Amino acid sequence: MSTAELPKRHYLNADYNIWSWLLTTDHKRIGILYMISLTLFFFVGGAAAILFRVELLTPEADLVVSPTYNRLFTLHGVVMVFFFLVPSIPAVLGNFLIPMMIGARDLAFPRLNLLSWYLFMAGGLLAIWAIVRGGVDTGWTFYTPYSTTESNSQVMAMAVGVFVAGFSSILTGLNIIVTTHTMRTQGMTWFRLPLFVWAHYATSIIMVLGTPVLAISLVLIALERGLGIGVFDPKLGGDPLLFQHLFWFYSHPAVYIMILPSMAVVSEIIPCFSRKPIFGYKMIALSSVAIAVLGFLVWGHHMFVSGQSVFAGLIFSFLSMLVAIPSAVKVFNWTATLYKGSISLETPMLYALGFIGLFTLGGLTGLFLATLAVDVHVHDTYFIVAHFHYIMVGGAVMGYLGGIHFWWPKMTGRMYPEWWGRISAVIVFVGFNLTFFPQFVLGYLGMPRRYHIYPEEFQVLNVMSSAGASILGLGYLLPLCYLIWSLKYGKVAGPNPWKATGLEWTTPSPPSTFNFDEPPVVTEPAYNYPPLDDSSLPHETSDPTASTPS
Amino acid sequence: MDTSFRLFPDAASDMADQVDRLYFFLLAVSSFFTLLIFVLIVFFVLKYRRGAKVNRYLTPGKSVLALELTWSLIPLGLTMIMFGWGANLFLKLHDSPPDPIEINVLARRWFWRMQHSNGKREDQALHIPVGQPVKLRMISEDVIHSFYVPAFRVKQDVLPGRYTTLGFEPNKVGTFHLFCAEYCGDNHSGMKGQIIVMEPAEYAEWLQGGPSEAPEVAGKKLFEEYRCASCHTSPVNPRCPPLEGLYGRTVKLTDGRTVIADDDYLRRSIVDPAAEVVAGFQPIMPTFKGQLGEESIFALTAYLKTLEAPTPGAGQAGEAAIGDTPPSDTDSKEADSKEAGPEPAPSRDDEPRLPAAPSLDPPRDPSPPEPPSKENPAS
Repeated sequence: MSTAELPKRHYLNADYNIWSWLLTTDHKRIGILYMISLTLFFFVGGAAAILFRVELLTPEADLVVSPTYNRLFTLHGVVMVFFFLVPSIPAVLGNFLIPMMIGARDLAFPRLNLLSWYLFMAGGLLAIWAIVRGGVDTGWTFYTPYSTTESNSQVMAMAVGVFVAGFSSILTGLNIIVTTHTMRTQGMTWFRLPLFVWAHYATSIIMVLGTPVLAISLVLIALERGLGIGVFDPKLGGDPLLFQHLFWFYSHPAVYIMILPSMAVVSEIIPCFSRKPIFGYKMIALSSVAIAVLGFLVWGHHMFVSGQSVFAGLIFSFLSMLVAIPSAVKVFNWTATLYKGSISLETPMLYALGFIGLFTLGGLTGLFLATLAVDVHVHDTYFIVAHFHYIMVGGAVMGYLGGIHFWWPKMTGRMYPEWWGRISAVIVFVGFNLTFFPQFVLGYLGMPRRYHIYPEEFQVLNVMSSAGASILGLGYLLPLCYLIWSLKYGKVAGPNPWKATGLEWTTPSPPSTFNFDEPPVVTEPAYNYPPLDDSSLPHETSDPTASTPS
Repeated sequence: MDTSFRLFPDAASDMADQVDRLYFFLLAVSSFFTLLIFVLIVFFVLKYRRGAKVNRYLTPGKSVLALELTWSLIPLGLTMIMFGWGANLFLKLHDSPPDPIEINVLARRWFWRMQHSNGKREDQALHIPVGQPVKLRMISEDVIHSFYVPAFRVKQDVLPGRYTTLGFEPNKVGTFHLFCAEYCGDNHSGMKGQIIVMEPAEYAEWLQGGPSEAPEVAGKKLFEEYRCASCHTSPVNPRCPPLEGLYGRTVKLTDGRTVIADDDYLRRSIVDPAAEVVAGFQPIMPTFKGQLGEESIFALTAYLKTLEAPTPGAGQAGEAAIGDTPPSDTDSKEADSKEAGPEPAPSRDDEPRLPAAPSLDPPRDPSPPEPPSKENPAS
């Protein structure tokens, strides 16, 4: 690989001036634009987290006062959820990879794709503006009637920002759905699609169906704040719980917007570094769709103690249990893929295995929350905080970082320093567990979330958590440094440094603007890794008749 | 309250022990699967690492269906156990035990105000006796709060505009945390209090100490002060539905629906009287929204509950408000539930006297003895 050279012309150097980037319709360049803006938002949200983790070192409010603390956790939540986690993998990796994976030159609607980045940036800048103007103190959930009648902060600006960013999400989803339906190259049947594409297809369905409901709730918030229409205000005959129904109807499926693409990344990485076809391809593909559909039926499990009826609680608890099944199936399938593989632990693989660990813990603790009587106790405590960080951050961020490392050579043409990559994966995994595992204990002890002044018996666990957060923060900074370093000094990667299957690896790294000179023809299923006597594996002693499961 | 470091919370109610048992079951199941996955991954990664001399031959064509079914159905079975167990406990939590001590709870940014049955009030603290079921009736005056007692493993959101209830039975004497668990603004984390569980004798003594005015007494005063009595009085004013014996009955409304006259209905009828008008009456009552705080409404409804239906022979409950004339009955429990017309519901009383309502006649005098409100009562 060291003898390889970068292609002379590729999408990055095809044109140099700033307008060629700001007006580009190349899905790869738009993916890069997203990556840069998301990195910015990620570190804004992360800085807020570090600040309040420091505040939580002591039971008193000695670093920030209450209004500041409330704005910090809201900032962290809003920015991380709406401006990092939701768009992360679909907008960066999905954008970059889906056309290449299905053998297309671009997405179905390239200009719509560019528009969605502008909408995302407009939303993000509005959010930043709201923060600069004093911030928002409602929490990322904007619960009424606090957000509509009481909060004296920039709720309007923030709601408009999230609303606008929502359209970006809808457009991206639409683009991916249409692209998957219409742009597949010859021979790329549905069941030859990489699982990455399947999961993004399922994710896009959620984006297109769910996001409008979020938009509606935000419009209602704005109308209520601005005009006092009284949809949510009991003083005017409204119902404060209606907002929670609307909000979670989007925001529960949104968790799957964050996690399905991560599962997609893992489903690419595991076979590659095990040199085996993935176990149960169809089960994994269909379980993505099952999760997307079931995800729309469980929003009420956020409301077991809200005052909704007992009967509704029973129904939502039952349905929530069902989501566990396709999720468990995926974990078992990934694990089974390792069996009799030829496993090497490069950075992406470490992130993917870390993902399985964190997702397993996060998923299993989800069962505690779906179980009615236990949820009554742990609802709105740090148990919840720990659970959704395991799923949304442990899941989505591990997947995102794993994916970035896996396709970095494709995106930039260069390798990052492998040793630093592995170190970062280990630090993130350790830091993550140290940060969030104590929070499960804190939650069962009864520490409510969004408290910065707390009884002193909770202090030890909070100190552990804050210590973990600083390690985690370091773990996130490392890739930022060495990936930027690799842009100039990294080894040239060549078209397929991992010897992976998939059409994207048949193009040069970085690819040219139109990906393929000729539309490729697909003749074999995805993950058709050669039998394990591959000559690149010198010590392989597998049976020459070795075959792979169908 | 013991404030030393610990890894497991106090358990001070029957529910707490039951929830803990379910929690340990969940812990066992999840620990098993976490360990299973971790061990398998580590084992596979070590055994099948690239370059290791191992047999990688996979028998082709071996059915994987059985395997996939196994690892779908076993989790399904386990989650169904979790669902059933959790649902069963949840239903128990929402069962109302007989004869609970009823306490009103008012949440407001940022304090909890408790009002005991004899009218004794306390803020940020709740004294209760050990071994007796307690039922809280809670409402918020501003945003959503949540009443959370970790040691009892109970939590219930407290909503503006609507009562929610929460029941528990402490089984251990001591002092326990009370938290507001729903984010409610700046001083959310200061909205804490204490649950003080006492021996019943001590509690009885505590309850008698200090100033208190029984809510029904306070309610009666409000009833007079706001001149409710000028309409809702005896002999029955034909424009107003009678209040005696109303609490707990089924009431038929002009729009054909029926409601149970519980605390929530009484409250709504005070703050939004035009919304649910009793069949056969005109929406002429003004709203008292903004004039009566939730505490006053607690008191008024407490008073209304004392107004017993005048059964022949016993009319002792309300002193002045209940005269000697029994009111007509607008109840619609069974006989006339199909009939939703504008006619006054036929009284099931065997001694009907005044027409229960003037039905279609608009009130000639739209302002019966002025209630202190300038709002137009018309719907």
